[in-house]
Formats: sequence, structure tokens, C-alpha cells
Amino acid sequence: MTLIQEFDQLNYSQALESDAEAQAWLQSKGRRFGHYINGAFVSAADAQLIDVTNPATGKVLAQIEAATSAQVDQAIASAREAQPSWFSGGGLGRAKVLYALARNLQKYARLTAVLETLDNGKPIRESRDADIPLAIRHFYHHAGWAKLQHQELPNHGPVGVAAQIIPWNFPLLMLAWKVAPAIAMGNAIVIKPAQQTPLTAMLFAQICHESGVPAGVVNIINGAGETGASLAVHNGVDKVAFTGSTAVGRAIRLATAGQGKKLTLELGGKSAFIVFEDADLDAAVEGLVDSIWFNQGEVCCAGSRLLVQAPIAKQLHAKLKLRMQQLRTGSPMDKSIDVGSLVSQQQFERVATMVSEGLQAGGEVFQTQSIDAPQNYYPPTLITGVDTSHPLVQEEIFGPVLVSMTFRTQAEAISLANNSRYGLAASVWSESINRTMDVAPKIEAGVVWINCHNQFDAACGFGGVKESGFGREGGKEGLYEYLKPTGLTPMTYPLSSTDITIVSPALNGTDSIDRTLKFYVGGKQVRPDSGHSQACYNHDASVAAIVGVGNRKDIRNAVSSALKSSSWTKNSAHGRAQVIYFLAENLSLREGEWLERLQAVCGYTLAQAQAEFDAAIACLFTYAGWCDKYDGAAHNAPYQGVTLALPEARGVIGMVAPSNQPLSSTIALIAPAIAMGNRVVLVTSERYPSIALELVQVLETSDIPAGVVNLVAGPQADLSKHLAGHGEVDALWCWADSETNKSVEQASGTDLKTTWTHVDADRDWADPLQSEGLEFLRQATNVKNIWTPYGD
Amino acid sequence: MAKKAPISLVKSTLSATASGDAELVRNPGMALDLQHLDKIRVNKSAVVRRCAGYGARRSIKKQQQAAWLLKAISLIDLTTLSGDDTEDRVKRLCSKAKQPVGMALQRQLGIEAMNLSTAAVCVYHEMLGAACESLAGSGLHLAAVSTGFPAGLSPLPLRIAEIEYSVAAGADEIDIVISRRHVLEGNWQALYDEVKAFRKACGPAHLKTILATGELGNLANVAKASMVCMMAGADFIKTSTGKETENATLVVSLVMVRMIREYFLLTGFYIGFKPAGGVSDSKTALLYMTMMQEELGRRWLEPDLFRFGASSLLGDIERQLDHYDSGNYSAAYRHAIA
Repeated sequence: MTLIQEFDQLNYSQALESDAEAQAWLQSKGRRFGHYINGAFVSAADAQLIDVTNPATGKVLAQIEAATSAQVDQAIASAREAQPSWFSGGGLGRAKVLYALARNLQKYARLTAVLETLDNGKPIRESRDADIPLAIRHFYHHAGWAKLQHQELPNHGPVGVAAQIIPWNFPLLMLAWKVAPAIAMGNAIVIKPAQQTPLTAMLFAQICHESGVPAGVVNIINGAGETGASLAVHNGVDKVAFTGSTAVGRAIRLATAGQGKKLTLELGGKSAFIVFEDADLDAAVEGLVDSIWFNQGEVCCAGSRLLVQAPIAKQLHAKLKLRMQQLRTGSPMDKSIDVGSLVSQQQFERVATMVSEGLQAGGEVFQTQSIDAPQNYYPPTLITGVDTSHPLVQEEIFGPVLVSMTFRTQAEAISLANNSRYGLAASVWSESINRTMDVAPKIEAGVVWINCHNQFDAACGFGGVKESGFGREGGKEGLYEYLKPTGLTPMTYPLSSTDITIVSPALNGTDSIDRTLKFYVGGKQVRPDSGHSQACYNHDASVAAIVGVGNRKDIRNAVSSALKSSSWTKNSAHGRAQVIYFLAENLSLREGEWLERLQAVCGYTLAQAQAEFDAAIACLFTYAGWCDKYDGAAHNAPYQGVTLALPEARGVIGMVAPSNQPLSSTIALIAPAIAMGNRVVLVTSERYPSIALELVQVLETSDIPAGVVNLVAGPQADLSKHLAGHGEVDALWCWADSETNKSVEQASGTDLKTTWTHVDADRDWADPLQSEGLEFLRQATNVKNIWTPYGD
Repeated sequence: MAKKAPISLVKSTLSATASGDAELVRNPGMALDLQHLDKIRVNKSAVVRRCAGYGARRSIKKQQQAAWLLKAISLIDLTTLSGDDTEDRVKRLCSKAKQPVGMALQRQLGIEAMNLSTAAVCVYHEMLGAACESLAGSGLHLAAVSTGFPAGLSPLPLRIAEIEYSVAAGADEIDIVISRRHVLEGNWQALYDEVKAFRKACGPAHLKTILATGELGNLANVAKASMVCMMAGADFIKTSTGKETENATLVVSLVMVRMIREYFLLTGFYIGFKPAGGVSDSKTALLYMTMMQEELGRRWLEPDLFRFGASSLLGDIERQLDHYDSGNYSAAYRHAIA
């Protein structure tokens, strides 16, 4: 074309990034990758090979070896071996290594970006400007945390060996999100990249080598789903961190149930993109481009559900359709395109099938180009005329496909946004600070963006609620996912003091007035649904009280009343503190009675009874104090704005109480939960149900609203399963035997609720260092990060 | 042909690639719609994010870059607005406008047949005579800044008379300044009436309204002032006089360009855009052109809908073209100054 013709046409250039350097690197590795284990690259001649394909060309870039179970063992063993000295070497040493990783990643930034695009199909512009810089920033940020760990994270130590399994949509960035916090906190890791996109992880292995990461601290193994599964369930692993689909996340939850592992799951989403009538609509349209057409929509937090206020819906759709015509789909290596290739032909077919099948249920589709385009280019897609029950509205598509619905009022917007199994992220578009700051806390999600979408930073935690998983990555909250509290002293006292054979029903005559303790549900004392009662005993084997035997329906009723008392969550922190102080006041009024009871039931000496009673009072004061002081943070991320990290009540917390120190442990569980605004359903200790149930009289007189605390007694193994499987229970704290813990973790797989399980009697509940504090407050809350850019 | 386009036509219109359309129907303006104005919202951080994308998401290299830069030249209102302007100085400017790229370089590039010139020359009223004489028969437009430029605070009858003087003296484009106080006081009716009066005074000459965005306080005011000027009959909206402390930026430009799109969707009339002051190198010019292409489409990259108000931009473009041709970076002294 002549210059004069160009002058008339004014086309953009096709600016293809060169892949020469990346191809040369692959060539230098023989286009074959084994694993990085114990500081060495290992390969097996007879390994099973998996092709790694460039989705934009269909060409095989390299092959990876699928790890054998012996190699998985080796990787974990080398992590185990390396971990103690990695931690004991100190924070400064770890900080230096993380800093070196950040610097060296920077040196390889261009090679890394090109490899990522070749491997994944994402636009080179996004690899270059988003993935790689964010990954580097993650290492810088966590180098800082390594140095600050000693001061800022006291009474905690590393979990040990972490197994990390990452997805194909942001290969290096997800690796950084996993590896940086884990090794910063003194853990050693074994990570498995997705088999579709292992290349940058292999380059990262080389960078680890060059950055002075000690052998065994970072191990990288290749393989497909089975390898990931064998890694997750391996006995040598203390912690599993997974990012990927909800289905696989659930499988990992089930497979690791009862193994005593810490688990974080960052799963799917169907995040809402809410546009109010007072939004800057042009801004919202660009926001949608950033939201659903970033990374071809292969983003777990993509704003794939557009909710638009009815009066502006037509206008917004018209603007959006105009904008979509400017989007350029094409070779990922071209700097002038917006949307590249889906990660694989399989993914392309999945998206295409889902959309075409979904459209059979109705809906109008708008695409600016044919889906028959080559190289796994799926076009940007808008689907209107669908409603909440439509499959494309309910299911995660994981492609560049946006569905749109309208709403009438703010309240309806919130209920539509929350009408999803998922709860990863959302964005709220409005120029009214009143509206945005009112809506953001009401969205059930881990991240809410105000007037923006898909913003990320290492300082700001990321993660979901509901079936989007649990745990956070980034921010201080993300560090705790790789830490465990230190200094717990197992405490069986007074459990083993007497061996009592329970007979039921037990009516061995006493001369006192019959004590039949009911459950406490919805602010009322209620009889057990089963109509069964049984005796519970004093230390001397005499009957302490007759207690109901709870069943599934008692749990159902308790959860139902807890759900109704949502006003407690909205109550002011000051107001909650007053109630908890009042509870302490009323309990202390009954000191004499309780000292007698504790001695009789638990067989304590007076001094022991006094110690436990005093611990319970102190604990109430602790959390009354915390109510208005556990405030979250204002993050200074690199943008003009502030990110608010708000600890929010989880909602309804189910609890299975430990068997030791029944008064102080019951208080130590209930108090932090209600202090943070949760409502509680507690299954009492099996051995000492009367202790918790005797608290009812104190609860009733302390202005605790009906339904905030609910107490049910009965067989823990059974009741805990019903709690764990109940969809309206948001979290479950469990101190029980390993079988119960396992069944709780399995049952929680139904809705992927957060579980916090412990071997019974793992700590001394009268020791405030073990029974009180930030760990409990963290478990009682979810951190929501609200991004609020500003400027006028 | 009326350009009242229903929404369904916008698609093809906004993405049209054809240039050299038939002459546009002038914007007759419309009644001041305060309700529409009330609905305008501008989110600055979102505007800033979008602006960062033009350079990162689109690439204009090599031959395309040369073509875009030649196009940029054809979009320039080559300007001198100095207190020490003289007739000779203006004549030199006009010569440069008529032949913005040296003949040798034109031959090298093979573009002699284009008869490339800038779009217009822009001067103060007193310089119109000399400019008119120099530009006679060239087909270039002649623009005069007017209405008490740059502050716009002389008596209204004098400002209107100034337009009439300039039109009589041969200007076919009038760059007026709006009364910033009307914007800052929220007196949209006064702004509307003022611009409408200016438009009437222009007669056949095209009206460019300079908002002086650097003095309007915030982006919502920029958007609203843009809309009021278009409602009052502006043919172009223009960012700045070049005399404010902050002149054209991509951020204010995007806000104005979005209002042009809004007005087009509302009425079907095409309004032009002119960033002025601050666009002094090729790279920046390409960013602006990319923005026009992305937000409004190819049609808005023609001189009847887009201008650069610039004095030093041309020199930089010439050097870039020389580099495209020779592979070496050229010295400024090798190109004729304006």
C-alpha cells in the first residue's frame, strides 16, 4: 500500500512482538521440562509427556513430564528438609531472597511476558502491563513482610510445607500470589502449575536458582489434575492452596477432609457489575471492557453479570454495543489488539457450547464478529433479555461473555447481586458516595470495586465468600493463610479425672428440685424436637441435670432464628460492646453459684474453679473491648484512591464446643463471634452440656437479642454434620475428635463454607494467650477490600 | 443530506472508514436542555484510566505512522498568537501552512500529488489582512481568535462586533472564548445565550468555542460547557487558548469528545474537536488521533471535524517524517520554520 493510500485509510499497525528470544530459550531447554526439585532440574527419560500448545497457532511449544508419585514424594521431602532452616535463618535473609526474586523477575520481564502470551494466548499488552508487573510487585511487597514478620506477626510461625496448585489464566501471577507469601513467612513449597501453561513457572525455577533460593524451599512439579490431586492429599503437606474451578476446589476439600491441613480455595465467580442511573455511563462502558474483556474473560472475578438500573439500560446497552465494535480480536502477540485467544481449543469449545446451549433458554446475543474465527478467538459477546433463572446467568462461563439484566431499586440491585452461589467480587458504578458506600458492604463478596473493576495489588487482599472459596491472598490477611499460632499447650484437664458411664434416661433419685435444661433457640428456652432427654453428670457421678438430646431439626430451628437476628450485625460496635459488658456483669453477679457448679461438675478445687470463672469474665472484657477497635485498614495501593480493608461479620457461625474447661471455652468461642456481629449456633460439649446451658439464664438477662446466641446439646458427631451441611451457616468452628472433624470438613464441601477445625482439647482455654485474641477475631470476620478511586 | 441519524445508523457512521464525505450539514443548535445537563456525570479516575490505554492498546508504526503524521499535518490550525506578531511574521506562517513539508522530503516520500497543507492558519484579527492575502487561492481556512481572546472579558457588544469585523476581514472560522464565569457560576442560560449570539454574528463562518478547560474547575464543568456550546450552535469545541496554565490534555479531551458523541446520538449532528496548546510532538498528536479513532471513528479524523491548534507540532512531525524516510534523526534547522 502506498503512503497516500495509507493516508486515506489510517489503519493501525500490526505490531507483532518478537518471540525469537522466547523460542531460543525454549530451544535451549530442549523444549522439554521435568521438575524443579531440591534446587535441581530433574527429568526422567521414560516420563509420560504432555504437550504444551500455543493456543493462537496450535503449535506445540514444548513438552512437560508428568510427575511420578516418587517425584511428588521427593519434592515434598525436600521441602520438609529445607523448611526449618529457611525459617530459622530469619526474616532479613528471607527478605533478601524475595528481593532478589523481584529484581531478577524484572530483568527477565520481557522474556517472561512473551512466554506467558505464547503459552496462554492472552494479549502481549496484558502480559507486559498487568501480569508480569503485578507478579514482580508481589515479590517486592512480600520481601517487606519477611523482614517485618518478627515484629508484626508475633505468636505465629510458618505452617510448614505448602502444596500449591494454580490455574492457567494468570500463570505467573498466580504463582507469585502463592509463592511470595508462603516463602516470606518461612514455609517451603511445592507448586504445580497448570499443565496448559507451565512455561513461566519453569522460567521462574531458573530465576529461583539464580536468586539464591535455598534448595528445597521452592519445588515446582509438572503434571495434570492427577498430579495436583496427589500433591493435595499427600501426608507430608501441612497446607493446601488452590486457585481454580469450584468443582476441583470442592474435590480438594473433600479429599483433604480430616487431614488436619490448612486450606485456602480461590474458586469461581459470577461477579456483579452494578450500574446505577447516576453513574458515568462512559466510564461504566470502559469498566466493562476492563472487566469482562480483560484476559478474554478468563478471569475468576470478571464482572460477567451486568446489572443495570432500568431507566438507563437502553442507553448503556447502546453505548456498549458501539464500544464493542472498537474491540479488536486477533493475534495475542500483536500490541494493537484487545482480545486474544482462549487458552485452548477445549476451552473455546466449552465457551461456545455453553453459549449456544444457553441461548436455547432465550436471550438475545450481540457479537461483532463470527465465532468461526480461527485460533480460538471467541468474540466479545453481550447477551440481553435474560433473567435470574437463565443458565448463562447462573453458571460461570469463563470467557468473554457478558449477560445483562435490569433492576429497579438499590435494594433490588443488592439482592440480585447476592443471588448467586458465588461471592468473589463486584463493582458498583455511581457518582454518589452515599450510594456506593452503602451498597459495597452489602454485597456478599471479598472484593468490591467502586467505579472500577479488576484492580489488583499485593497490599490488598483478594479472595471470596460462598462457593468462591475461602482465604485471602495479598495484604496482611493473606499472610495468616501461611501461619499458625504458636504456644498452644494441649489440655485434657479436667476430662480424664473421672470415667463416668452414662445411662439414659438417668433418674437416680436426688432430693433437689428436678433440673431439666432446655435448649436456647431464638431467645427462648425450647424442648428438644426429639422429645428425648438424658442425664449429665457431676464429677462424683451424681446427676447434674437432665438435658435434651438435639437432632437435625433443632439445628435447623437454631440456624433459622440466628438468620433472623441479622439486626445484631448492623448494630453499632459500641452497642455490641455494651451488651457484652452487661453479660460479664450478670455472670459475675452469679460468681458464687458458678464456683460451686464448676467444682461439682468438673471436680475442680475452689482455686481451679475460680481460675476458670475469672478467665471467662476476662474473656468477655477482652471482646467487649475489641468490639469497636478491630477496624481493618486503609491500604495505600499504587493508584489515586484508597482501598479499605473492612473486617465484616461472617454471618451465622456454627460451633462445636471443646470438652475441656467448659465455661471458659464456651465463652471464648461465643464472645469473639458476637463481638464482631456474628450470630452463633453452638453445640455444647458432650461431656459438660449443662455448663453451657446454665449460661442461658445469664444470656436471657443481658439484652442479647433473640437468636444471636443459640445453644443445642446432643451428639456432636451428628449435630456437627448438620451444621456443616447447612447452607445458611457461613462458617463452622469445631473442636472435636478427628472423625468428627473429617465429617465436618466433608459436609462443608456442599457449599464450601469456611471451617476452622481442631483436635479437641488442643489448648488451655484459661490461658488468654491461647484462648483470646486476633486469631479468633480473624476467624469471626471476612476481610472485604473496597477499592475507592477518587478525583474530580 | 440531513445527518439526523437514528441509533441504528450510528454503528455504521461511527465506525465508517471512508473519508472525504460530502460536506457536513452545519449544527443549527437546539434549545438549551437543562435536564440533559443535569444528568451529565464524569468520573475522573475512569477517564484517566481510559486515557492511559490509547498508547498501550494501539500501535502506529513505520509506514502507518508516516501516513498518520501526514494526516496530522492536514489537521493543523497553524497558529501564531503573540503580542509581537507582524504582517511579515504572519506571511511566513502562511507560506509554511501552504507547504508544510519541504519539497525535497515530499519527493522522497512520493507525496507531491497530495498537495499537502495544514487545515488553516489561526491569527489575531489585526493579522487577517496579511493572512488573507497570503492564503488567497490556497483553499486553506483562515481562523481568527475573537471575543476578547484570551480572557473574554470585554463588553459583550464589542465581542460580538469583533466577530463581525473578523468575518468581514476574511476569516471563515472564528475561535471564540466563552465566559468562564458563566460556567463557574452555573449560569448555563447565560453561556448558551452568549454562544448563540456569537454564532449568529459568525454568519457563514464556522464557530469554534474555546472552553479554556484549565479554568473550569472540574471535568463535569468541562462536559457541561461542551454540551451547552453545542446546543447553542458551535461547529467545533476547543479545549484552550494556549494561554491558561493548563491547556489541552488527553483527559479533558476525552471528556469533550464523549460529549460530541453524546450530542451526535442526541441530534445526529457532527461537531468538531480542537485540542490546542500542549500538543507539540508527534507522539502526543498520535495519541489524540487514536483517541478520536477509538471514540468517534475514522470520520472524525478529517479536517472538517478535527484540528490541532498548534505552532511547534509541525516542526516535530517534519523531523519524524525525515526520520521515516532516511532512518536518521534530523536537526530542527534543516526544516523551514513557520
